[in-house]
Parts: sequence; structure tokens; C-alpha cells
Amino acid sequence: MTWVTKTLNSTLGRKLIMALTGLFLILFLTGHVSGNLLLFKGDGGQAFNMYAKFMTTNPAVKLLSYLTYISVIGHIVYSIFLTQHNKSARPVSYSTSNGSSNSAWSSRNMGVLGTIILIFLVVHLQGFWAKMHWGEVPMVTYEGEEYKNLYLIVSEAFKQVWLVALYVVSMVFLGFHLSHGFASAFQTLGLNHKKYSPAIKVVGMIYCILVPALFASMPLYIHFTSY
Amino acid sequence: MKLTLKIWRQKNAADQGGFVTYVADHVSKDMSFLEMLDVLNDQLTEKGEDPVHFDHDCREGICGMCSLYINGKPHGPQQTTTCQLHMRSFSDGETITIEPWRAKAFPVVKDLVVNRSAFDRIIQAGGYVSVNTGGVPDANEIPISKTVADLAMDAAQCIGCGACVAACKNASAMLFTSAKVSQLALLPQGQVERKTRAEKMVAQMDAEGFGACTNTGACEAECPKGISITNIARMNREYFSAVVSSDNM
Repeated sequence: MTWVTKTLNSTLGRKLIMALTGLFLILFLTGHVSGNLLLFKGDGGQAFNMYAKFMTTNPAVKLLSYLTYISVIGHIVYSIFLTQHNKSARPVSYSTSNGSSNSAWSSRNMGVLGTIILIFLVVHLQGFWAKMHWGEVPMVTYEGEEYKNLYLIVSEAFKQVWLVALYVVSMVFLGFHLSHGFASAFQTLGLNHKKYSPAIKVVGMIYCILVPALFASMPLYIHFTSY
Repeated sequence: MKLTLKIWRQKNAADQGGFVTYVADHVSKDMSFLEMLDVLNDQLTEKGEDPVHFDHDCREGICGMCSLYINGKPHGPQQTTTCQLHMRSFSDGETITIEPWRAKAFPVVKDLVVNRSAFDRIIQAGGYVSVNTGGVPDANEIPISKTVADLAMDAAQCIGCGACVAACKNASAMLFTSAKVSQLALLPQGQVERKTRAEKMVAQMDAEGFGACTNTGACEAECPKGISITNIARMNREYFSAVVSSDNM
């Protein structure tokens, strides 16, 4: 084993990968939510469709999207490694355990929250991302140029109440996952300092409420304005 | 006070073990938790039964020998050592569940006694400093700022009881290891072995089979000495900077 693999196989190294991929996914979510705010523009989806074309054709964005795929897969694979390792560290469990007295619920259930988010992600990618890349998408023309009318797909999809409900509920789970993950990633990187940590905690709390709330508001907005 | 005690009994490491229920009558609220168990053991001995085995030594809260997972928390409901826990923390008629620390790296020896030698091996791996033999050095020969000395002393308060491992949902020993890494990394005397220490102590911690950290903060909340998880962040910094810059392949 070289020093690199030895480090990445240590508990600290695995945690480092969780933190780095997690932070990159936080960056991705920030970009994703900002771009999708164009859904609120009320222009029949023109800005959104033009933005979507830019995001799928720009080479820099392409590179970022590959990093996102790697981060998602890395985050999942390493969480499985870590969970297995952590479970094996306590072969006999306690008969009585009072975890709520010393730690937050979300911090003890990141795996459960992550699994729910993964299920959501599969539904989400299958419904929009896969359709955008390989499905039949109606075209629309703005100023003489053809665009995929993804806005139409989004607005059709969110006419279904169950899908809107799934999105909103999933964002609650995402919020709880982020409520621990945001500050936790900095702690794992070793960035715990009395000057900065209070600010990181505050930003993390705002982030874990604001971003999922904005995401959840999109299907709700589209659902209630489509009538 | 009258209490019902649900105590883990296990003959030896190979035995499967199980809970046995005892009734403790006439418990004074001024007794310490261990004194309450002493009385129970006297009664068991008089009846010719095997007394309940549990670890204890100084009974002053400074040695780290006592353990016990009481009602779902290490060292019971107070943030202290079990020897400093008093029966006034419980109410009359209560059922108290007493279990040993649970971790692969802390195998049960008998009843509530677990083998915490894994901690000793982590210390042996790098929790030391090299000193020159020869004449006695002058006091304050090496200047150390008050802030740094305080931080090092805060970390050095760790008594190695293992409550952090017991409290952690992953049975992780990161609070212990990080306190031991920190107390030496902060001081000038600890600089010689600084990088090797972080690498070796983390490697030993992993080799013992302790879990990884999920940053729940349960260890910090249960530590009888109030060791902060800022030490874990420091250990992570020490470790990551050591692996990229040390001469150890």
C-alpha cells in the first residue's frame, strides 16, 4: 500500500472524502437552486430553457457535471464503507441507549436521511435529467434558435400532486441532512476555530433551511400556477 | 430508596451473558453509585453468590478506571465519572439498567469489566515525547504562552475512561486519540515526533477496530472531563498535514 491508499483507507481519510464530496455537492446545490430560480420568471419558460441549453453545452459546466457525478458516487460508496466499519465497531449493541440526550437526531441518522435522498435522486434524475439527455423533448424556437422545451416537461410533471408531495417531503429530509452535514464537513477538514466556527454554524443553518425551501417552492409554484 | 437493578452478568469473554435483576433496598441518596454496588455485592457475597464485577480505583474522579453504561448513558445521568455519581440523581422505585462499555475494541472481561488496553496501545504508538537524559533542566527554560499551555492542559485532562467510545454510536475513539495527539502537538516538547505521532496513533486507533467519527458530539457531551471536539478537528489537521509532508512512506 502506498501512503496515498493507506491514508484514504484510514477512518480519517474516508471521512475526508465524505467531507470533500459533501462540500462539492453543497456547491452544486447552490448552483442548481440559483439557476432553477428562473422557473419563477413567468416568461413561459424562455429564460429557463435558454439556461438549460447553456448548462448542457458549455464545456466548463460539463467538467463540473462530471465532478458532480463523481462526488455523488464517491459520497455514496464511502458512506457504505464507513457505515459497515462503524457497525462492526460495536458488535453487541446496548439494550438501553439515550442518544437524544447527547446528540442531534439528524447527526445520528445521516445514513437514513441519505438513503431517502438517494431514492428521491433516482426519481428526480429519471424524470428530468434522463429525459433531457436521451428522451423525446419537444422543441421550441426563440429568436430563430431551437431549444429543448424542458420547461414544458417540468410544468407537465408538476401537475401530478403525488410528485409535488414527494419533492416537498424529500426537501425536508435534505434539509435535515444538510443541517448536520454542512458544519460537520468543516469539522472533518479540521476547520474548527473559535473565530470562524460560529459563522460556519450560522451559515449552515441558514443554508439548510433556505436551499431546500427554495427547491420545494418550485414544484409548489408550478403546480398552483398551472391551472 | 428502593431500586430495581438490571445488571449485565457475563462469566467471561466467551460467555454470551445476559441481564440479571436485583432489588436494592435501603439505598441512601448520599451514597455514590459504586457504594450502592458495594452494598449489593456484600449481600451477594453473604448469600454465597458471585459478586458483580466492575472496574474502580481512586473513587475521586481522577483515575478513569470506573466505567458503567447506566440507563443508556456512560457514567449515568450526570456528566461525571461513575464514582462521583450519587444516588440522589435517581428517584425512589426507579429501575436502573447497568451495562458494560460496548465496543469491539473493548472486549468484556467479566460482568461490567471491559479490557481497555486498546487505549494503552494507541498511547504506545506515539503518545510520548523524547527527552534528553542528563542534568535537570531549568524551570521555564522553554517559553510557552499561557493560551497554548491552557489548551494543552485542557486536552491533557483526558483520563482515558473510554466514555467517548461508549457514548459514540460508532464506538469511535477519536476524542481520546485527539486529546492525546493535541496535548503533545501543542507544546514545543512535542514537535520532534509531531508528524509521526499523528500518523501512528491514528493507524493504531484504526487497527484496534474503533469506528469513525460522525461528528455527533455525543463524546464531548458525555466526557467527564469536558474534552472538546475541537481536539478532533486538530487531530484531523495534524494527520492530514502529516501524511502529505512527513518522510514516512
